[in-house]
Amino acid sequence: MSPREIFALRDYLSPELEGRTISDAHHVVSLTDVLGHTVLGGRLRELAGRSVLLKLSDQLKSGLAMIELDGVVRRMLLCPPDLNPDHLDALIADAEIDAVVSDEPAQWAAKAVALVVAAQLPLQATASAKTERATEWLMLTSGTSGVPKIAGHTLEALTGAIVAEGPARGPAPVWATFYDIRRYGGLQIFLRAVLSGGSMVLSDPHEALGDHVARLNARGVTHISGTPSHWRKLLMSGSAAQFAPGYVRLSGEIADQAVLDGLKVAFPNSSVGHAYASTEAGVGFAVNDGLEGFPANYLGNRNGVEMKVVDGSLRIRSTRTARAYIGRNAAALTDDDGFVDSGDIVELRGDRYYFVGRRGGIINIGGLKVHPEEIEAVINRHANVRMSRAKSRRSPITGGIVVADVILADGTDQARAKEIRDQILDQCRAQLASHKVPAVIRFVEALDVTPAGKLARTDA
Amino acid sequence: MSVRSKVIEAIQRIAKEQHVTLPALSDDLSLHETGFDSLAFAILVARLEDETGVDPFTISEDAAFPATVGDFVRAYENVPA
Repeated sequence: MSPREIFALRDYLSPELEGRTISDAHHVVSLTDVLGHTVLGGRLRELAGRSVLLKLSDQLKSGLAMIELDGVVRRMLLCPPDLNPDHLDALIADAEIDAVVSDEPAQWAAKAVALVVAAQLPLQATASAKTERATEWLMLTSGTSGVPKIAGHTLEALTGAIVAEGPARGPAPVWATFYDIRRYGGLQIFLRAVLSGGSMVLSDPHEALGDHVARLNARGVTHISGTPSHWRKLLMSGSAAQFAPGYVRLSGEIADQAVLDGLKVAFPNSSVGHAYASTEAGVGFAVNDGLEGFPANYLGNRNGVEMKVVDGSLRIRSTRTARAYIGRNAAALTDDDGFVDSGDIVELRGDRYYFVGRRGGIINIGGLKVHPEEIEAVINRHANVRMSRAKSRRSPITGGIVVADVILADGTDQARAKEIRDQILDQCRAQLASHKVPAVIRFVEALDVTPAGKLARTDA
Repeated sequence: MSVRSKVIEAIQRIAKEQHVTLPALSDDLSLHETGFDSLAFAILVARLEDETGVDPFTISEDAAFPATVGDFVRAYENVPA
């Protein structure tokens, strides 16, 4: 019996496909001949079979290191840029890390890690390596506090949805994402770019949005993804007018009808779709009919992804979910039947399920449970609203009340603010139970978005 | 605008929003008789806190919640500067 063939990223990077690049705000690197080059100073062999922590200051070197390490090291743990350094020791112990790839190797002198390899640009020429094992991909969950959990994936699971969709029709896509590729949502896009034979344009947290969009245009980006918060920011910036991608994708947060409609207006010639995915549950499904939520018949077994709703929460079983949480005291990732409980609460209305919020994000209003997302979706339906955040505020009368911060759409006449507030409240009263109607609406200039691209909910 | 007229205006605005028909707002009208439920009062206190910068019912732990419209208005009038 012959062992099953193992694919690593290098096996998708054929030197026959010309003109492929990966770029950020400062560098453009050819993917066509990347296999003959090293970002690791030629030290890949020293890392073979090791458990490697990948902690680099930028996405470009991270992506290049992933390509080089995959299929050679035992496991690689991707550190997102906002990782709290206080959690490193716990992660190193739980993931049995015995090597680090860093672009600040001096910082590791005091740590008890056996091997530190420096990553650097420009790339150096080297002999191309061969795939010798299925590397475990370890990703950190984007929970709010405490040590993040480590979700263990295989490349096969991570790319399951991409392979299932088959090759893209037409010319090879140029992918971009507002995400960081060291998080699940961004990694999906990086992997799409590698597997599709296309190119990848990375984001840069220090770049102004207008400059970013100019760069997306200059690089000919055709496919782009981000969270609804990322997209709302773009729609508010006025930069969207200069940009015409073929495919616009949303994931990572609830895509409400307002943001889907807003993107359809801003990009009339683009396909706009939203995808459901998480670090643990993998890619569940994509919705391309322009409507929020998903058809009820997505439940059951569809293209190898099984979904059911238990106590309102979406549960998913498929070959694309993470394999397990990694670590000595790691909790079980799945229930006894192998389903991942997403913690995303859905509600059936008619023949469609709608996302109403996170189980952990419930706010308590006078003893009643409220999902802030459900209130925001109603507020966002107002034509002059671009983005909103509902939260609880303590009240001496009821314990808590709902208040909402609202960003008005560009060019809204400030003199109309009072009128708009009354219209929003009317809209909320017509569509929400009375305790969910905001007691106070504040108009604000900006709302915080986390490094993972999600609306910051510090009080949730 | 006086504190009193701010409070009365806020009560009237919330009554309109909540579809509550207010009786004449005299000082000795009991708050119960206004037709406001606890949610309406919670909204009133939150709005007035935003407008006046104070929430007289949270400042002192033993502050009794007022019984009449007059008590309620005085709670805002008597906040130490």
